[in-house]
Amino acid sequence: MIAWGAARHALWLLPGVALWATLAVVSATRLGKQEDRMDENDCDGLLLERLKAGDDAAFEVLVRRHAARLLCVARRFFRNEDDAQDALQDAFLSAHRALASFQGDARLSTWLHRIVVNSCLMKLRSRRRRPEEELEPLLPQFLEEGHQVRPSLPWRDLSDELERKATCGMVRSFIERLPATYRTVLLLRDIEELDTKETADALGLTENAVKIRLHRARQALRQLLDPHMTGGLS
Amino acid sequence: MIRNLTCGEFVEFLWRYIEGDAEGDEAREFERHLAACPTCVSYVNGYRQTMKLGKMAFENLEAPVPEEVPEGVVRGILAAIRKG
Repeated sequence: MIAWGAARHALWLLPGVALWATLAVVSATRLGKQEDRMDENDCDGLLLERLKAGDDAAFEVLVRRHAARLLCVARRFFRNEDDAQDALQDAFLSAHRALASFQGDARLSTWLHRIVVNSCLMKLRSRRRRPEEELEPLLPQFLEEGHQVRPSLPWRDLSDELERKATCGMVRSFIERLPATYRTVLLLRDIEELDTKETADALGLTENAVKIRLHRARQALRQLLDPHMTGGLS
Repeated sequence: MIRNLTCGEFVEFLWRYIEGDAEGDEAREFERHLAACPTCVSYVNGYRQTMKLGKMAFENLEAPVPEEVPEGVVRGILAAIRKG
């Protein structure tokens, strides 16, 4: 690592890399090679120095390194691919503007993750309110005397790693199927771990409305997972 | 006064119990129902497992992303940045 550190400084001192395009290629190649030898913090530290210096090539590296993962985050909030891509673009514009104030106290990936979530929320809030979407078919049904129409059965444990992974994939696809008003609350509370007040403020809802929507979203997700988790016995 | 909840009431207001909003008699109504109703025990356990699975499904933020981002999206972002 020490030898590489010296080599890194030597590379910076190399003359003849003034052309922007050349620099872009050299930078991307060099950073790519460095990634093989350095962990993400080291890579981010180097990249951050160049970003703060206003290096456009470094910003391209940043976009190429993080866009795919951040697009996945935006897709959780929007079913429409154009909306997700718009939110991603807005997020990178915000990040570009905010770079000067980024202190490096969080990882770049974490900082960008927060920005993309904020960008998704701003986009969601700027839309005209739509009527509540129907969740009723995904909620448990009850008989007149109050018992469940289909009594709940115990769920099995997921001890097998492969099965756990498959179930996680299933959970992600079921969350995508939830109506947007419920999906957003579930994502913010259970996945992004905002508290009730933060979620309420972000969405312009009362705290009680957040709690009730979250409950319904979890109920719907539970219902969707039920056949898999009871081994098809329900 | 502690009432006997039906399964429908228990499930509908379960969020108050889970979020810790139910206190005193209200909390005891939930607990009493749970002590007597294995169906609702299964429901709550599945509900809590749903919460855990939701978290687990997204927790590995640093895991490799299966697909590439479309080149057009990257170019669009970079063009927007240059435009300011």
